[in-house]
Amino acid sequence: MKVFVCLKQVPDTETKIKILPDQSGIDPAGIKWVMNPYDEHAVEEAVKFREKNAGAQVWVVTCGPKARAVESLRTALAMGADEAIVINAPENLDAISTAKAIAQTISAEGGAHLIFTGKLSIDLNQSSVPQMLAEFLSVPHTSVVSKFETSPEGTVVERDVEGGAKEVVQMMNPCLVAANKGLNMPRYASLPGIMKAKKKVIKEVEFSTLGIAPTEQKVKYTGYTLPPEKPSVKLLTGDVSSQVSQLVTCLRDEAKVL
Amino acid sequence: MSKILVLTEFNNSNLKRSSQELLQFAAKTGRPVVALALGTQAAAGASQLGGHGAQEVLLDKDSTFDVYNPELFSAAVSEAIQKSGATLVLASASSSAKDLLPRTAAKVGAGLVSDGTEITVSGDDVKVKKPLYAGKCFATAVFENASVKIVLMRANQLPVAAADTSKAANVTELSFVKPSLKTLIKSVVKGASEKLDLTEANIVVSGGRGLKEAGNFKMLEDLAAVLGATVGASRAVVDAGWVGHSMQVGQTGKTVAPTLYIAVGISGAIQHLAGMSGSKVIVAINNDPNAPIFRKATYGIVGDAFEIVPKLTEEFKKALHH
Repeated sequence: MKVFVCLKQVPDTETKIKILPDQSGIDPAGIKWVMNPYDEHAVEEAVKFREKNAGAQVWVVTCGPKARAVESLRTALAMGADEAIVINAPENLDAISTAKAIAQTISAEGGAHLIFTGKLSIDLNQSSVPQMLAEFLSVPHTSVVSKFETSPEGTVVERDVEGGAKEVVQMMNPCLVAANKGLNMPRYASLPGIMKAKKKVIKEVEFSTLGIAPTEQKVKYTGYTLPPEKPSVKLLTGDVSSQVSQLVTCLRDEAKVL
Repeated sequence: MSKILVLTEFNNSNLKRSSQELLQFAAKTGRPVVALALGTQAAAGASQLGGHGAQEVLLDKDSTFDVYNPELFSAAVSEAIQKSGATLVLASASSSAKDLLPRTAAKVGAGLVSDGTEITVSGDDVKVKKPLYAGKCFATAVFENASVKIVLMRANQLPVAAADTSKAANVTELSFVKPSLKTLIKSVVKGASEKLDLTEANIVVSGGRGLKEAGNFKMLEDLAAVLGATVGASRAVVDAGWVGHSMQVGQTGKTVAPTLYIAVGISGAIQHLAGMSGSKVIVAINNDPNAPIFRKATYGIVGDAFEIVPKLTEEFKKALHH
C-alpha cells in the first residue's frame, strides 16, 4: 500500500524577493530554499498513517530542477518517508504540466492508496496542482484540510472554508488530501533520520521522457515587478489622547477610509 | 468574438458583489457574456444577471448544487464551457472556485491563473496581473496554447456600477447527466464568527506578540466591533496557540488587502508584511520605534498598545456616531 506525498521547494518565508534586471523572474542569488511549509504537514500526516498501518510505504515525489529539488526530498526522508522520486524538470513548469508529470510518475509506480499535498505553495500561490493531479488520476480530492481520518471504507476530512467554517467531507479511497496548517504538528527530522536520508538513493525520472509536449504549457509569467514603495509613515506624537484623536482625524479626513 | 463564461455566486439569492464585478467587466470587453448559475439560490436570483451584463444564463436549479461538491461543480463548469463555446472563464477567487476550477482546467485542458488583481482582455488576448510570494512581487500571467483560459480574480479589484434593470438575459437550462460522485459532503459546521472572512473584509484589526497573552485579544475584538472589522493575527501568536490558524495573516496564512489595516503589537516579520502590504491604509501601533511594520505603515503610533487601543476604541465610537 503506497502513500504518495507531493513536495515543492520554495524560497524560505524570510526571503526578500529581488527581481532580475530584465524582469523575467526573481533573482535566485542568495535564496535559501526550503520545503513548502504546507508540504511539511502533508509529510507528517503520511508518516503518521504509515506508523498506524503496517505494510504501508510513504513515497515522496517532487518535480523541479534536480540539483536543488532533491533537498526537500532528503528532508522528507529524514522525517520518515521511505522512498523518494525526483522528476528532473526545467524551472517554471506550469501547473498543468507539473500535475501531468506527477500523475504519470505515480501511475508508473502502480498508483497510490492515498495522496497528500500541501494546500498551496507559497511561491506562485495558485493552489492548483493538487486538484489537477486528482483529476488526472481520476480520484476525489479535498483541499485546505485540517483534520484527517481514514479507514478501508473511505476517508473523512474537515475542510476549512471562509469565516472559520468547516465542511466535513467523505471520500472514497484512493483520494487526495491537500493539507492546511492546522492538520498536525510536523516532526523535526531526527539525527539518525538525517544520516539515513543522506545515504538513500533517490529515484530519478527525466521530465523530457514523459512525452509532455512544450505546447501543453498553458501559462507563463512575465513582467515581474516589486510592489510600489510606500511613502514614509506619518508618526503621530503628543500624549495618548492627542495621538488617538489625531489618528481618527487622519483616517476620516485625510485618508477618507472611515 | 468568442464568449466569456462567468461563474456566478449568490448569497441568500443575492448576486455577490464579486460576481457583479466580473459580469460588468466581461460586458465592457464587448464579448458576449454567459453567466453560469447553479442551485436553488441562483435560480431565485438569476433575474439579476442580465442587469449586470449577462446576455445569456446557463441555469441548473438542481438543489444538489446547494452544497458545494468539487466533482459535481467541476463537471457542471466543463459542461457549460462546452455548451457555450466560451474561451474565457471568469470566477472570483473564493474558496469553492479555487478548489474546483483547477479540476475543470485539467479536464478541459485549459490554462488557469488564480488570485488576479488586474485583468486586461483585448480581443482574444488575456493578461492577468497577480501577486506572487504572497505579495512580495507581482507578475503578469500570459496564456500560451490555451484554447480555454480560466481566470480567478480577487474580490474588490474591479469597479461595480448600479445594475441596469431594463436588461434581461435569456435563460437556458444546463441539463446534463450528473457524474457518479466519489465525494460526499456530510455536514457544514459554521464558524464561531459571522463576520466577513479576512480575505473579504474591508477593515482588518490584527494583533501580534505585543499583546502579551491570548486573553488580550478581547481588546482588539472590542475595537473591531466598533469598526465592523474582522480580527487577524500574526504567525507568532497563531503558533503560540492564542488564536486559530484561520486568523493568520501572512505568507503562510491569508493574504489580505482591506481598505484599512490596523496592526497592534506586530513587529512586522517579512512574511507578515507580504500578506498585508497591499492594504490601502495601514496603521501601526507598537512600542518599538524600529519595528519594520512602521516602514509599511501610513500612520504610526509609538507607544503602549494597552493604553492606546481602549482610547482608540472610544474615539472611533464618538467619531462614527456623528
